[in-house]
Amino acid sequence: MIARLLHGVPKRALILLGLLLAFLLVAPLFVGNYILSVLILVLYFAYTGQAWNVMMGFAGQLSLGHSLYVGLGAYTAAALYVHFGIGPWAGVWIAIAISMAAGLVIGFLAFRFGIGGVYFALLTIAFAEFTRVGFDHFMWVNGSGGFFLPVTQYSVNDPLNLRGSPTMFYYILLTITVLAFIFCRWLLTGRIGYYWLAIREEPEAAQTLGINIFRYKMIAVAISSGMTALSGVFFAFYYNNLFPEQIFSMNRSIELILGPIIGGVGSLFGPILGAFVLTALAEALNDIMVALGYELPGVKLVFYGFCLLFVVMWLPNGIWPPLRKWLKLEDRS
Amino acid sequence: MPAELILTVAVQGILTGLVYGLMALGLSVIFGVVRVVNFAHGEMMTIASYAAIVAFGAWNIDPLVSMIPIAVLLFALGYAMQAVLINPFINRPEHSQFILLAAVAIIMVNGLLMIFGPDARNVLVDYALDSLEVGPLLIDKVRVITAVLAMAITAALFAFFKLSRTGKAIRACADNHMGALVVGLNVKRLYALTFGIGSAIVGAAGAMMTLLIDTTPNIGPVFTLQAFVIVIIGGLGSMPGALLGGVLIGLSEAMSGLFFAPSAKTMFGVAILILVLLFRPQGLLGRKA
Repeated sequence: MIARLLHGVPKRALILLGLLLAFLLVAPLFVGNYILSVLILVLYFAYTGQAWNVMMGFAGQLSLGHSLYVGLGAYTAAALYVHFGIGPWAGVWIAIAISMAAGLVIGFLAFRFGIGGVYFALLTIAFAEFTRVGFDHFMWVNGSGGFFLPVTQYSVNDPLNLRGSPTMFYYILLTITVLAFIFCRWLLTGRIGYYWLAIREEPEAAQTLGINIFRYKMIAVAISSGMTALSGVFFAFYYNNLFPEQIFSMNRSIELILGPIIGGVGSLFGPILGAFVLTALAEALNDIMVALGYELPGVKLVFYGFCLLFVVMWLPNGIWPPLRKWLKLEDRS
Repeated sequence: MPAELILTVAVQGILTGLVYGLMALGLSVIFGVVRVVNFAHGEMMTIASYAAIVAFGAWNIDPLVSMIPIAVLLFALGYAMQAVLINPFINRPEHSQFILLAAVAIIMVNGLLMIFGPDARNVLVDYALDSLEVGPLLIDKVRVITAVLAMAITAALFAFFKLSRTGKAIRACADNHMGALVVGLNVKRLYALTFGIGSAIVGAAGAMMTLLIDTTPNIGPVFTLQAFVIVIIGGLGSMPGALLGGVLIGLSEAMSGLFFAPSAKTMFGVAILILVLLFRPQGLLGRKA
């Protein structure tokens, strides 16, 4: 299996990847709390972007409602923990199951009724919005008032209950992100990856070749929504508070997919690169604003919007493809 | 609950819905022809609303008057957006177009936030609280006026597309892009014109909207979604469909506000959308593709 994962990958790419991983592994030893929190954000967006990428980048199904799966995962694990004392590592499976079920329902309805393209994207937004308003009135998790996890002391690390310091969260998230990267590489190099490629590029031709389009789209949705649920669980236990207004919002869905789009849709490294670039950009802007003593709301996002505009106008496939060429890291398989 | 109350709320909802329909009509016209999803639609409406608020605050111009120059202004904005930004993206994949317009939307919302701050603003004309007595019902005067104007603008637009040469040329681009190119139509210019017309409509709707609701920069994304819901319910590209969709949404909002909680109102709109997408994806009045 390892041979399959590494097939065609240039040595330079492996070395650079190893260096990046080594850097991320030792980073918490050298950086302060602020940079650590930024790195957690980077990994969070890298992982969630990767999850979204399975659906859009691999199988070509544009979802603009991924906040639905984040929110369902977060609320499920948090509610199980608070109401029944079920720990996150048990709750996560239920969270994944519920998110997957939601994804499969949406996928089933859309793919069976032949809803594609823009309409599919709007259907995903519609379901996320529907759920958001529903949770606003769902009193078991305190509706729009917000749902809170008991906050613990940062000094005691309890990985089994996901309670502890940011450093602990950082390493857990790093592990998840690395595993997701390997898992996605495994998917892409296997039969299913080629099926998805065919479905994405030419669905009719794929069907003619005997690929069960419906089944493989459904598998993509299931994997993507399940993976996204995990980032919701992490979100719940890291931030300790959940508001339907925030976690299910359309803005959140858009925020999640900007990374992979900026980095490069469909590529494995795109979501990771995009998460680094976007988060760094946002934080740098924040610092500049603070340094200038300039606190007009919205300035940061306006600048952010312009950066986005320029990237999408001049680098249509994202930053990664040209960067990969420049680094001479093209896949030779 | 007294029947008069229910009926009054229903009529008010339908009248508001007609203005929603006008707003969504702009989106329908743009998507029907250019085939680009304008993710900045609600944000453009908010720009028009703020223009009306400024015109009223500075020179005391009634939004029903200022809507004409505002529509012209939005036409220019839409034309420029299509000519400069969107035309190069016509053959790009959907997610690429989406992020382009999402970026424009982010800039618009936060630009407004920078200029006007987050507080809600409205326009209080001297007839704002007048109402008309129709039998046992009490109907807001502004809602009647704006609803009638919305229908009039829709009728004018309908006539433009059916009767004028330019309107026919635009419809030709929508029906057969290649054919339009072959007979020598300047498709890019017509696309820009269409985007301008759609923007002018949403501009007029935005000016009217200041009489009906409070404006904040953050209502932009909400109305973008609202416009999508309406247009898909009614049928993309169908003009009467947009008004019908608007009326249904206006009615469902009013009713859910009356019988449930006002905060649950978007849920009903979205529920209608999901049902329509599943059972009649071309929309209530749309043609099958």
